[in-house]
Amino acid sequence: MALVLTPEPPVADWLAALDSQMKQSPSVFEARPVIVDMSGLPRGTDLTAVVDALMARDLRIIGVEGADPDWTDGQTWGRTPMMSTSRADRFYEVTTEVADVPALPKEPSALVLTRPVRSGQSVTFMQGDVTIVGSVASGAEVIAGGSIHVYGALRGRAVAGLLGQPGARIFCRRLDAELLAIDGIYKTADDIEPELRGRAVQAWLDGEAVMLAALD
Amino acid sequence: MAKVLVVTSGKGGVGKTTSTAALGVALAKSGQKVAVVDFDVGLRNLDLVMGAERRVVFDLINVVQGDAKLAQALIRDKRVENLSLLAASQTRDKDALTQEGVTRVIGELREKFDWIICDSPAGIERGATLAMYHADVAVVVTNPEVSSVRDSDRIIGLLDSKTAKAEKGERIEKHLLLTRYDPVRAERGDMLKTEDVLEILSIPLLGIIPDSEEVLKASNLGAPVTLSSPTSAPARAYFDATRRLIGETVAMTVPTDKKGFMERLFGRRVA
Repeated sequence: MALVLTPEPPVADWLAALDSQMKQSPSVFEARPVIVDMSGLPRGTDLTAVVDALMARDLRIIGVEGADPDWTDGQTWGRTPMMSTSRADRFYEVTTEVADVPALPKEPSALVLTRPVRSGQSVTFMQGDVTIVGSVASGAEVIAGGSIHVYGALRGRAVAGLLGQPGARIFCRRLDAELLAIDGIYKTADDIEPELRGRAVQAWLDGEAVMLAALD
Repeated sequence: MAKVLVVTSGKGGVGKTTSTAALGVALAKSGQKVAVVDFDVGLRNLDLVMGAERRVVFDLINVVQGDAKLAQALIRDKRVENLSLLAASQTRDKDALTQEGVTRVIGELREKFDWIICDSPAGIERGATLAMYHADVAVVVTNPEVSSVRDSDRIIGLLDSKTAKAEKGERIEKHLLLTRYDPVRAERGDMLKTEDVLEILSIPLLGIIPDSEEVLKASNLGAPVTLSSPTSAPARAYFDATRRLIGETVAMTVPTDKKGFMERLFGRRVA
């Protein structure tokens, strides 16, 4: 699915906001086709410059819409297909407020549990990291939007980075897990190197593989 | 203040009913007024283990549904003073137990006894959750093997979330009773060691009951082991566990039976 970017005046500020957004969540933009909607820009704006600026950011522009076809005549990017309609749900909002201090989240972005997670129990926390001071039993599962930290034995399942956070990690003091998953890529107990069992271990994602290494 | 104790495990066949009977007798012998209640509706066993199967007229379901008074259904033990049994119904199923009915019966029992011991059915369904719902104390019966330990862990989770105490934000007192423990096999590594079980379940240990033929013999005789052979190793372990339950400090040991020369020479016969 293509992303729709809608530049707004002043273009320089909007580009700065886009840069910070790309830095925060590079995966959103990676290898995604982009359509530029120019309808938000006043007549007479140098559209070539806008498109060049976007291309300089390695965005794969597959089309431009909301621009008067006359403006494009004879321009270097004139061959870019012109589009006339777009669905609102494909818009990617680029916030123009460049906040100096990151806004404090209202919801807590971490969950701390001081009890063991028993067999059959499931802890799900999509907003961020989960820390468990205790063990995760065989037959229990911990699902987190962010990373998972277990200060005890991890014997059940740990599913981290569920909402597309490939940077999420799983840490535990004693690895005996049934399954480890990060951003949809998983590793079952069978595939875990036997020499890592019972040790303090961290797991992270390297491309399409869950990597494991001892912490001590 | 009366205490409601649930004997539970998740897994079947680990020794809930045997332990309920043995602890019931031991508590009654120590002078406490005790009622043992069989919650295993449809698969009642406690009456057999207590040797009262021929005296059951009314049962828990009759009292829950208001067809009989509690006093009519309670069966007083002939051998131990202060000990009564409330049998389960064999012809009904667990759906016959209602939340309100059970609450009322437990309330009435609390007025008459010091200890109400609820023998939970296996599983995590209605029967088991109703048996644990009113409990103040739980004895989690576990065998030293992985499936039993995992099921116990599941039950501990339910004790912490699905009981009246948990719903009020209080913690239920939980104890681990390790049964069918064979020190020789544990040493050989054929069984989980006590430390391993405790590490996984992380609840305090109430006692270790050694695996013994005496237990099987007692069940078949219809006399709990603490009554039929009070000096046997498992009986001594149950007495120790009972003393810990009422707050005494007793050193943790695994009692063993002294084996005769011939037995030691030839090992154990196949039961």
